[in-house]
Amino acid sequence: MIGYALLFAFGCFGLGLLMNLYRAAIGPTVPDRVLALDTMVINVIALMILYGIWQGTAMYFEASLLFAMTGFISTVAYARFMLRGNIIE
Amino acid sequence: MTDTMMLLMEILVSGLLVLAGVFGLVGSLGLLKLPDLMTRLHAPTKATTLGVGGALIASMLYFGVFMDQFSFHELMITLFLFLTAPISANLIAKAHVLREEQPEKLPPTGAACGWATFDETADPSRPPEA
Repeated sequence: MIGYALLFAFGCFGLGLLMNLYRAAIGPTVPDRVLALDTMVINVIALMILYGIWQGTAMYFEASLLFAMTGFISTVAYARFMLRGNIIE
Repeated sequence: MTDTMMLLMEILVSGLLVLAGVFGLVGSLGLLKLPDLMTRLHAPTKATTLGVGGALIASMLYFGVFMDQFSFHELMITLFLFLTAPISANLIAKAHVLREEQPEKLPPTGAACGWATFDETADPSRPPEA
């Protein structure tokens, strides 16, 4: 039963990733694309967690934690660049 | 643990996984379908974050019950995501207000000073001098 639920969740997050990719491609503004990239990071974290359950190993938690941190920092850097035209002043 | 308990835990983990998938899909669908950026911000920051939280809690239960390696790492990731999602949403909204909106068309702030993104005063916490 968990296997089918996992497959369903894989499908949902994969489809969501495709939708985010489409939004990042069509824009129309730069903040839209940054928001789409931020959502893609969150969806990829979910996919990594699901893959960890699928494989039965706890090895993917550290990877997803690092991914969460780098995703947040890159979003902040993008937003800062849009606001100030510079990242570290 | 008895067989009934195992079945109940299995149903719980499966339900959490399905719920997580539905919420993640709704968040991405909202990002795709909603009309402008300020409404589009709602979908990923709320629905998708909740979806990832559901997947993480399902993973925690799964490893605790079926693999005998209970850990709180997932709660750490959930907490981190729940803390950072509003911050990144606020920063993206600020960038959108700066780049796309006209200062005259924004609604009044209801405070002594204007919108912080457009504020020209040296110290934004003080009201502008007349």
